[in-house]
Amino acid sequence: MNIATAVELGHIGQEAPSSAVKAGPASKEILVGYGFWIFLLSDIVMFAALFAGYAVLVHATAGGPAGDQLFSQLTVAVETACLLASSYTCGLMSLAVGARRRAGFYFAAVITFALGAAFLALELGEFAEMIAHGATPQRSAFLSAFFALVGCHGLHVGIGLVWLAVMVAQVAIKGFRPSVVRRLQCYSLFWHALDIIWVALFSIVYLMGVRP
Amino acid sequence: MSATHHQPAPVLAQEGPSHWLIYTTGLLVAVILTATSFWATNTSLLWAPGIPLGLAVLAIAQMGVHLVFFLHMTSGPDNTNHALALAFGVLVVFMVVAGSLWIMADLNASMMLATKHTNMPMHH
Repeated sequence: MNIATAVELGHIGQEAPSSAVKAGPASKEILVGYGFWIFLLSDIVMFAALFAGYAVLVHATAGGPAGDQLFSQLTVAVETACLLASSYTCGLMSLAVGARRRAGFYFAAVITFALGAAFLALELGEFAEMIAHGATPQRSAFLSAFFALVGCHGLHVGIGLVWLAVMVAQVAIKGFRPSVVRRLQCYSLFWHALDIIWVALFSIVYLMGVRP
Repeated sequence: MSATHHQPAPVLAQEGPSHWLIYTTGLLVAVILTATSFWATNTSLLWAPGIPLGLAVLAIAQMGVHLVFFLHMTSGPDNTNHALALAFGVLVVFMVVAGSLWIMADLNASMMLATKHTNMPMHH
């Protein structure tokens, strides 16, 4: 938008109305937010490739267990509830950051971290149980694709938890200075995007998988 | 996206509760959509072959809800760049997923045909 404004200015020259001059280059906050948005979209494209691999290989069970024998709907429901609730508390966290309320920020961050950690613990428990029953990634193409897709999302959640811990430390040490607030803005985008990917995951992998 | 009037960004304490309401509304709608998905998976009331399509529609609806209520995606003028990038991302996602499924289904069909042909002399 600013490029367009600059071009327009170049054409019109000195007679340009003052509104465009006042606009100037975009603030760092907007640029960082937009750059991170592009990164998130590239991440979603990577997940789309994993989803495509899973969708192609979902019936390639090689005589091994299929989704309806492996997935527990109760575990998936609790995982979904944890991640959705953590997405909500992450939203409340960014409101607390906007209002520069430290206590509210710490409270929301702790709840977001706890819910995210609960999600990750449930998922790792699910993986451990599947592997204990012989459903390892080596067993079939279906299981390779499953572990790659769901494991990649779990890895993102793990990275998000580390990032959140780092942000809490930064707020504690540096306070709400502009660079920290920008990082927190990116963090909330990241965490909400993970929940969007989980919506596709539980619908396509788990709910469509448990149906015989 | 075509709105041309510029609204001044209000940075007021009064904005707090309204943002809170947006997140809470989003949470409620997302919970309803998720619950509907789980219900549709387990019910015997619906026509079974149509359920996967229904689940896909519910998932897309919920992603839209997350985008609008949690990521604050709007059609306002200051969001045009985000919306365009998102539209391009959705296009790439669609091409990767639909293209892979199409090509692999086609390959499978061709392979089956080839196997039938090579096995033909064995049967005689």
